[in-house]
Amino acid sequence: MQSIISVQNLVKTYASGFQALKGVDLEIRRGEIFALLGPNGAGKTTLISIICGIVNATSGSVTADGHDIRKEFRAARSKIGLVPQELTSDAFETVWATVNFSRGLFGKPPNPAHLEKVLKDLSLWDKKDSIIMALSGGMKRRVMIAKALSHEPQILFLDEPTAGVDVELRRDMWNMVRSLRDSGVTIILTTHYIEEAEEMADRIGVISKGQIILVEEKTTLMRKLGRKQLTLYLQAPLQQIPAQLANRQLELSPDKTQLIYTFDTQADATGIASLLRQLSEHGIDFKDLHTSESSLEEIFVSLVHQR
Amino acid sequence: MNTYGISAIYRFELARWFRTLVQSLLSPVISTSLYFVVFGAAIGSRMAQIEGVSYGAFIVPGLIMLSVLTESISNASFGIYMPRYSGTIYEVLSAPISGMEIVIGYVGAAATKSIMLGLVILATARLFVPFSIEHPLWMVSFLVLTSLTFSLFGFIIGLWASGWEKLQIVPIMVVTPLAFLGGSFYSISMLPEFWQKVALFNPVVYLISGFRWSFYGVSDVAVGVSLGMTFLFLTLCLMVIWWIFKTGYRLKA
Repeated sequence: MQSIISVQNLVKTYASGFQALKGVDLEIRRGEIFALLGPNGAGKTTLISIICGIVNATSGSVTADGHDIRKEFRAARSKIGLVPQELTSDAFETVWATVNFSRGLFGKPPNPAHLEKVLKDLSLWDKKDSIIMALSGGMKRRVMIAKALSHEPQILFLDEPTAGVDVELRRDMWNMVRSLRDSGVTIILTTHYIEEAEEMADRIGVISKGQIILVEEKTTLMRKLGRKQLTLYLQAPLQQIPAQLANRQLELSPDKTQLIYTFDTQADATGIASLLRQLSEHGIDFKDLHTSESSLEEIFVSLVHQR
Repeated sequence: MNTYGISAIYRFELARWFRTLVQSLLSPVISTSLYFVVFGAAIGSRMAQIEGVSYGAFIVPGLIMLSVLTESISNASFGIYMPRYSGTIYEVLSAPISGMEIVIGYVGAAATKSIMLGLVILATARLFVPFSIEHPLWMVSFLVLTSLTFSLFGFIIGLWASGWEKLQIVPIMVVTPLAFLGGSFYSISMLPEFWQKVALFNPVVYLISGFRWSFYGVSDVAVGVSLGMTFLFLTLCLMVIWWIFKTGYRLKA
């Protein structure tokens, strides 16, 4: 598939000597939702800032929709919308004035109909004449998104879009991002909420200490690294696991009332049926069972800690 | 050329000014009126004419310059410092707009405000003292050139400043003294010979002298020299700004 953003060997060393990016290569596909995960200080915001033109790269190259971000900065930047992490807005401006400003800044002729649609989609239309200062935090966040969408970008960067946003609004935002993707916009989001990446992303990249350590389809990643656990709630406490079952991935809970079986979701034979048979042969009875899948969060934590 | 972008910045800056119109227009008008009452009417009536011009009329060009210089600097420096301080500068930096276009937007707006302010003070002065303008075209040219130059200078200060304190320090510590000592209220020929020589190192002397010449045809230094010095300072500011955008100084990490 065609890349809409292509990052090659990107290095950023700040004046302090801190190397925020150590040779990053990344291809973003047209029309996907790409989630960039990583702990604080991993280089997520630096990477986005370089692509958007806010920070100068030390070396390496970036193209956006085929345009080099330095040599053809006008063509490249006019394709990109950015919603930064920090809520920064001109407090004394009205919502309507600020979205018009953003559209003009990006070199687009006035188009009230488009701006009206953007504000309506974000449930901000009835606030269009309000001064930004008077809005709630969640509304300010949506104003930032409206500003980024005002010039009809092909690529949208959302840097921690739902930080400090309540659950309901977060759901609304996810829906909005999905409908944007359906309209053909490529979306790159960074997040701390792994739930968010799990819910939204087509592909996931993990960045740690200035390096991309993994890029994978979300479903592949979940399958590859995902493990499932079967928990059996026993009728009577078990003193120890019978010797004949020792070769299985079995664990006994500290209070001896639960038996936990870990298995790989990728394997064709999970071994559950034979395990249950063996258990009944040994007279081990259970009253309930529960299976759980490892979340992206657990996968992520184990990935970052491996390094 | 991103003309929509330039116009967005320009209109944004003017809108900011109109929101605080009373503060930005009325306060210079009031302070200028006070100067006229004190220096023009009270003290000026007891003073002899300077080079054939009554003292009240003599100080008009100097007072206009004084306000235009300080307002150009404070407007332009605040205009670019504020988004740097609040963080909204990200949007300008991520927009498809070149450094020069950003400068045209911000500095153009600041200069526009200064020119309007200069004209308002001129009209106010007319209420206090009668005067005529010998070279109106030159008067407007000097006003425009000075507004542009010092708005550029203010823009540089707004980029250089790393805190509110620094934003104030140059206008208060440097520009105001230079403007007061640059002949706003006197002809430098009234100074002792030594201080006349020193005054020639003050760039504001050339601005005020040229501006006063456009009013009354009298000047401390030749008008060509005034014009040359103004252009020199303009060129210096443009070079510094070119360097700032080339290196990303204080704008981009």
